[in-house]
Amino acid sequence: MSPRIGVVTFPGSLDDRDAARAVRRAGADPVALWHGEADLLGVDAVVLPGGFSYGDYLRCGAIARFAPVMTALVDAAGNGLPVLGICNGFQILCESHLLPGALTRNQHLHFRNRDQRLRIDANTTAWTGAYEPGDVITVPVKNGEGCYVADPATLAQLEGEGRIVARYVEGNPNGSLHDIAGIANEAGNVVGLMPHPEHAVDQLTGPSEDGLGLFTSVLKHLARVAA
Amino acid sequence: MARVVVDVMLKPEILDPQGQAVARALPSLGIEGVTGVRIGKHVEIEFDGEPDLERAQQIADRLLANPVIEDFTVRAG
Repeated sequence: MSPRIGVVTFPGSLDDRDAARAVRRAGADPVALWHGEADLLGVDAVVLPGGFSYGDYLRCGAIARFAPVMTALVDAAGNGLPVLGICNGFQILCESHLLPGALTRNQHLHFRNRDQRLRIDANTTAWTGAYEPGDVITVPVKNGEGCYVADPATLAQLEGEGRIVARYVEGNPNGSLHDIAGIANEAGNVVGLMPHPEHAVDQLTGPSEDGLGLFTSVLKHLARVAA
Repeated sequence: MARVVVDVMLKPEILDPQGQAVARALPSLGIEGVTGVRIGKHVEIEFDGEPDLERAQQIADRLLANPVIEDFTVRAG
């Protein structure tokens, strides 16, 4: 049986369908999860997709954090469930304290929407095992509040523990500290990524198929955990 | 009125590009000599009955402010 990967829809999620499509293309079965249900339906991993949950009111991800599905997700993530937060999903993971730091307004105040080069720096997470450290990939980035900030001690810890999963190369689109595009939690099962790998899984609709590796990585991870 | 006011500001070390953009616009209004502008949120909470500073503190701490990047103050309004 193929692994089942949940994709959460919040009011204002935009990229849930693309995330589900990427999951299917990677060889897993996508399962739609609803923000209002504190039930993960027994899925093997979860993707929090991009968009503008609850209109991004107050702060991006601040209100989504209190959705019933997040209560279940925070517990499951603590028990090792692989979770990938993309863009707004990354913001929700930070607001939920599953990942350290915060995402703030792009330094130049402009919304950035372009194809972005990223370097994968850590392949020890549940979501990046299909890459080699140093691989440079091209995926779309589209955000207005993607500037990653954290205090110097947290940044030093992330660097020291190899938890910076991906960095912007050939131009930082939002002013993120240390060119951070994505980070992982200590255990490596929770990853937040500002750019959008789910939009780069098919040459017909994206700039590359480079993003598919995030989704095939988690299947590899699940197979290893089950073995 | 049972109003409590919560003011949320970005911590001093966090860059405030919105405030910077406002500061940069001031010379075009003919205003000189402003060395900094920082923008925050002013939240008015109406309670049923007495203003409840303790609950307002909880609301601010859990929802209105993100302690990673923001500080807040709570006062009776």
